[in-house]
Amino acid sequence: MPNDEQPHLNVNGKRLTIQKSWFGESLLFTLRERLGLYGSKNACEQGECGSCSIMLDETLVCACLVLTGSATGRDIKTIESLAPEGSLSTIQQAFIDTGAIQCGFCTPGLLITIKDFLDENTDPTELEIREAISGNLCRCTGYGRIVEAVRIASKTHDESQGAS
Amino acid sequence: MIMEVLIASSTEEICELLEQDSSRQLLAGGTDFMVEVNYRHRSPSSVITIDQVPELQNWHHDGDSVVVGSCVTYREIERGPLATLVPALAQAARTVGSPQIRNAGTIGGNIGTASPAGDMIPVLSALGAVISLRSSEGKREVSLEDLIVGVKQTSLRRGEFIESVRVPVLDSPQEFLKVGSRSAMVISVTSLAFITYPKTRSVGIGLGAVNPIPTRAKEAEVFIADFLDWETMQVDPSGIDHFKDLVSAASSPIDDHRSVAAYRRKSIGILAQRALTRVFTEGVL
Ligand SMILES: Cc1cc2nc3c(=O)[nH]c(=O)nc-3n(C[C@H](O)[C@H](O)[C@H](O)COP(=O)(O)OP(=O)(O)OC[C@H]3O[C@@H](n4cnc5c(N)ncnc54)[C@H](O)[C@@H]3O)c2cc1C
Ligand code: FES
Ligand code: FES
Repeated sequence: MPNDEQPHLNVNGKRLTIQKSWFGESLLFTLRERLGLYGSKNACEQGECGSCSIMLDETLVCACLVLTGSATGRDIKTIESLAPEGSLSTIQQAFIDTGAIQCGFCTPGLLITIKDFLDENTDPTELEIREAISGNLCRCTGYGRIVEAVRIASKTHDESQGAS
Repeated sequence: MIMEVLIASSTEEICELLEQDSSRQLLAGGTDFMVEVNYRHRSPSSVITIDQVPELQNWHHDGDSVVVGSCVTYREIERGPLATLVPALAQAARTVGSPQIRNAGTIGGNIGTASPAGDMIPVLSALGAVISLRSSEGKREVSLEDLIVGVKQTSLRRGEFIESVRVPVLDSPQEFLKVGSRSAMVISVTSLAFITYPKTRSVGIGLGAVNPIPTRAKEAEVFIADFLDWETMQVDPSGIDHFKDLVSAASSPIDDHRSVAAYRRKSIGILAQRALTRVFTEGVL
């Protein structure tokens, strides 16, 4: 990138101008504290909890482990892009229907993770579901209802929806 | 302080950027690096991002071996052709972290971190991997044992980086086993790679998380050879107990927040026995 060009991030299809002084931050910090995208949660900043999961160039990663300066020019999708404003994706609806949300802190990360998983696995087994969400910690639900929600969503999931 | 972030697009460019300033730090998948940045254990003034360099992201089959670029991710290693070509590497990759971590974390980063608990380490050690290093001065090849010289210490020279890893394609049974507190998202308490070399009728045993540097259980490898029948793939059970002890004796583990030395010493022997009897059925020869 030429030095005189104003750096930017491509987030959810929008070009957002950023400062060079943010380059050394985690992408999670930049998204939340600089750009006001609070959907991605911060619970550990060490890759353990998955609550900051995002799509970077169509790959599921933890935003806390991405350096903002490395993410310029790449395609970033956050939970804010999962469904159009005012509507719910099938996964979100399944979470509500099964009661897979309690405090909701883990939910955005799980939704992104599950969307990515169901895009590739249309008919997952319970074991595959549990493995897919093994990097997303939930302190409330005990996972049973989350697994149930994924199973229900897998029946109705439509790849064309939302992030990725 | 503003961090300079340089996104490299070729290995040539990495060489140049390091030649200009060898204090620049390399960032691959970030799964070790960024934890240190977030916790203020590392605050580099200049970083070279290398994980989008095509030469480093690729692997190729080259005769009797595969050459894996340093920025090949666990996700790539655990599935597809690499999983068939180097099964133990794939098994180890599959145990790393979570899907998110495996999507980002790379084999070169695992070596670069040089943690005794790095899951690639015992496999690469048992496979006798050759590591290609590169700098503006040229290339050189080293063994893993020559590269990892202490806990989190490598013998990389100024301006030098890991370009690729060469491992043999053996088409014979291999095992990777790991002990941890759960089956996902866990750093090894102990781990072990067991590789069979049918041509030389020998085995390679790499030990993980029980020594500061990569270690093979050489005595155990030599000892057990006399108890193996390569035609029937059987092991004489009378050799197993001593084999196990020799593997444990090759470890010098420590107590830390994840486990204690005594458990590590014992469990590494058990992993060796388990790997051995998965590959060779017990039977009096
Ligand atoms: C939640 C979580 C779970 C984890 N689980 C495991 C696990 O189960 N097993 C395991 O082994 N590890 C695990 N790790 C550690 C980490 O994922 C691995 O060590 C990974 O391989 C690091 O690779 P990276 O590409 O992310 O490296 P980075 O973090 O980008 O870099 C790591 C270090 O290596 C250096 N480096 C990177 N590439 C090169 C190169 N080509 N040449 C020279 N130096 C280089 C960097 O400068 C840095 O010092 C885990 C980490 C997290 C956050
Ligand atoms: S905040 Fe990123 S994984 Fe926990
Ligand atoms: S609902 Fe509270 S952490 Fe999952």
